[in-house]
Amino acid sequence: MGKVLMKGNEVIAEAAVHAGCKYFFGYPITPQSELVAYMARRLPEVGGLFLQAESEVAAINMVYGAAGTGVRVMTSSSSPGFSLKQEGISYLVGAELPALIVNVVRGGPGLGNIQPAQSDYFQVTKGGGHGDYHTPVLAPSTLQEIIDLTEAAFDIADRYRTPVILLGDGMLGQMMEPVEFKELSERKPEQKEWATTGTRGDGKPRIISSLELNADALEKRNELLQKKFTMIKQNEVRFETFETEDADYIVTAYGTAARIAMNAINKARKDGLKIGMIRPITLWPFPEQPFIATRDRVKGYLSVEMSAGQMVEDVRLAVEGKAPVSFFGRTGGVVPTQEEIYDQIIQLAGGVEV
Amino acid sequence: MTMKTVFEKTSGLTDNQTHYCPGCTHGIIHRMVGEVLEEMGILEDTVGVASVGCSVLSYEYFNCDMTQAAHGRAPAVATGIKRVLPDRFVFTYQGDGDLASIGIAEAVHAAARGENITVIFVNNAIYGMTGGQMAPTTLVGQKTATTPFGRDASIQGLPIRVSEMLSTLDGTAYIERVSTHDVPNILKAKKAIRKAFETQKQGLGFSMVEILSSCPTNWGLDPNESLDWIKDNMVPAYPLGVYKDVPKGGDEW
Amino acid sequence: MMEEILIAGFGGQGVMSMGQLIAYAGMTEGKFVSWLPSYGPEQRGGTANCAVVVSEEQVGSPLVSRPTTAIVLNNPSYEKFEPMVRAGGLLVVNSSLISKVSPRTDIRVLNIDATDKANELGNPKVANIILLGAFLEETGILSDESILEALKKVLSPEKHSLLEINRQALELGRSLTKAPTH
Repeated sequence: MGKVLMKGNEVIAEAAVHAGCKYFFGYPITPQSELVAYMARRLPEVGGLFLQAESEVAAINMVYGAAGTGVRVMTSSSSPGFSLKQEGISYLVGAELPALIVNVVRGGPGLGNIQPAQSDYFQVTKGGGHGDYHTPVLAPSTLQEIIDLTEAAFDIADRYRTPVILLGDGMLGQMMEPVEFKELSERKPEQKEWATTGTRGDGKPRIISSLELNADALEKRNELLQKKFTMIKQNEVRFETFETEDADYIVTAYGTAARIAMNAINKARKDGLKIGMIRPITLWPFPEQPFIATRDRVKGYLSVEMSAGQMVEDVRLAVEGKAPVSFFGRTGGVVPTQEEIYDQIIQLAGGVEV
Repeated sequence: MTMKTVFEKTSGLTDNQTHYCPGCTHGIIHRMVGEVLEEMGILEDTVGVASVGCSVLSYEYFNCDMTQAAHGRAPAVATGIKRVLPDRFVFTYQGDGDLASIGIAEAVHAAARGENITVIFVNNAIYGMTGGQMAPTTLVGQKTATTPFGRDASIQGLPIRVSEMLSTLDGTAYIERVSTHDVPNILKAKKAIRKAFETQKQGLGFSMVEILSSCPTNWGLDPNESLDWIKDNMVPAYPLGVYKDVPKGGDEW
Repeated sequence: MMEEILIAGFGGQGVMSMGQLIAYAGMTEGKFVSWLPSYGPEQRGGTANCAVVVSEEQVGSPLVSRPTTAIVLNNPSYEKFEPMVRAGGLLVVNSSLISKVSPRTDIRVLNIDATDKANELGNPKVANIILLGAFLEETGILSDESILEALKKVLSPEKHSLLEINRQALELGRSLTKAPTH
């Protein structure tokens, strides 16, 4: 198809269309509004439907209804709106319905601002809503990667009957980069025998529900959910490493922060420092393996985030105290610069020989 | 000698025993909805949406595909289903707390959009499942767990007349308020439910039947007294009748 | 080669589209590019800016904190970004609207009276393209062909009549770098 220059928010939308998603229910919020507008124009072209809901709460529940009919469906929002969707996400998990929820993160807490941030990490990886659950979280760092991960997100959602979160931030949503899409092909819709579409002669009525009043029965159900989470942990972990083999120090970052950190790492490497990078792509399940593989020989890790320090807790759990883990972050929509990160690396490595 | 069948349970309901309290009219309303679905021959083409409250388990009782929605969100869930499957029948079954309090935004906007769905709105002027607290439809002076001295308009405000309110929206096609306090009214109620589903069948837009219902347990009355209480107290506050019946919602625009 | 470019000015001066032209042209020439706008309330009336990276390698940070080139179209942008240009870098100034002259000696400075020259050409809106021409002449990172190709993509078909004046503006911008500036 050739390369096209597109905005991140629009890439997410087009990638969803390519993944066979024809239904979108959403509510405008900066900095993801282009995604909503793109879908409003695009979905009718592929015989789909876009509906602007009266609130994020309504949007996620429309997703719940549509997901129950077995189609690929999504919604998107940014931090304050994403918080409003938490109730619905918990219900999607409980009722085991697949859907894609995009969070283009902005500065918080509260209304915060509209600048890029990664401060919703706890919310997306530790459950977020009520009840014992996790949702798979995919965090692309380039616009091309958005295309792959959006499709992967829908596949994971269908495979495990679970909502999946695609986590970006204001910078990824607003920036433009060349991307290349595969030719759009008509997908065969997956057969979902659990869907509620009217029985139409195919047996007894089906029920979609997250309610189970009997404690023993709910515990059994929760055990099945936990089994599913274990399977996801075994099968769906994604990460990327860069020159970790000989690294004295490893920087770890995801999404936008990882891109910026790469510039700093490249400069440090040119200056003769052995710095590597671990970039988690799935934030849940968190990639422990590259940390386990390196923790006995590196001198330390540096977690770089656009938050006050959230992923660093998972890094410490994975490193299990076998190496020091330090943290550098900016918050409130301030994006760390490559120069700042470079300075942090130099400080960690005890200076650079000149 | 063979016995002649004079009455059969509708195939619109499952064989599950309901959990409703003795004297509660939810059972009558369930049966009417089930009968209408059966009589119209649309059971296999219907997806129902259960809400939160006493009717939370209604998915166990209606003999069609059912989805259970979060508190107040049934019209949004129904919207999601109907927009994907426009040729299927979609209805919500909601109480007054679910629809008129926490879910009023979803109800208003589904109505305003003219969603081609049917809402069965059961109004018994109280929260049942949580133990008899004030609902948006609780009458002035009515005692509940959270208005122990009676609803005081100067403190809790005045009740909401949902049928009147929603009928002002151009997206609504058919809205009627009916009651369950005696047989003639029950028969009228069933006709209204039928008409609501017919409205959906013709693709005319949002239809709702508000059904005045009893709650003997939380009202502290016996079943017969409860029916009288509907007639004597609720009907004057919530006048029965057709509030909206237009050829097609939204046509005046 | 990695150019980290910051373009800043009032909303309506064509700052965003100038950045997109560079990104488009870079993509056409097979380079790695990124374009990042400032966004939000500040784009409504105040100063707008965008960051463009053109590189032979995969673009890491799309955020430009220390630009190799800054193109500034109004006073507030000059004040903000003149000090940020990396040593050895380039500062392109729209001297029609900016009276200050950079005292820095560790960077190259081009003072181009782009708005006046655009008026002379007959369309004040091409001031940005004149500055773009000067930038391209000085850095040589992209060809005019790719920029004109990009223009065809950025301009809607009914505005393709403007291609010719944009070509002239580009050429004029290139020629203006020859004039003594600093």
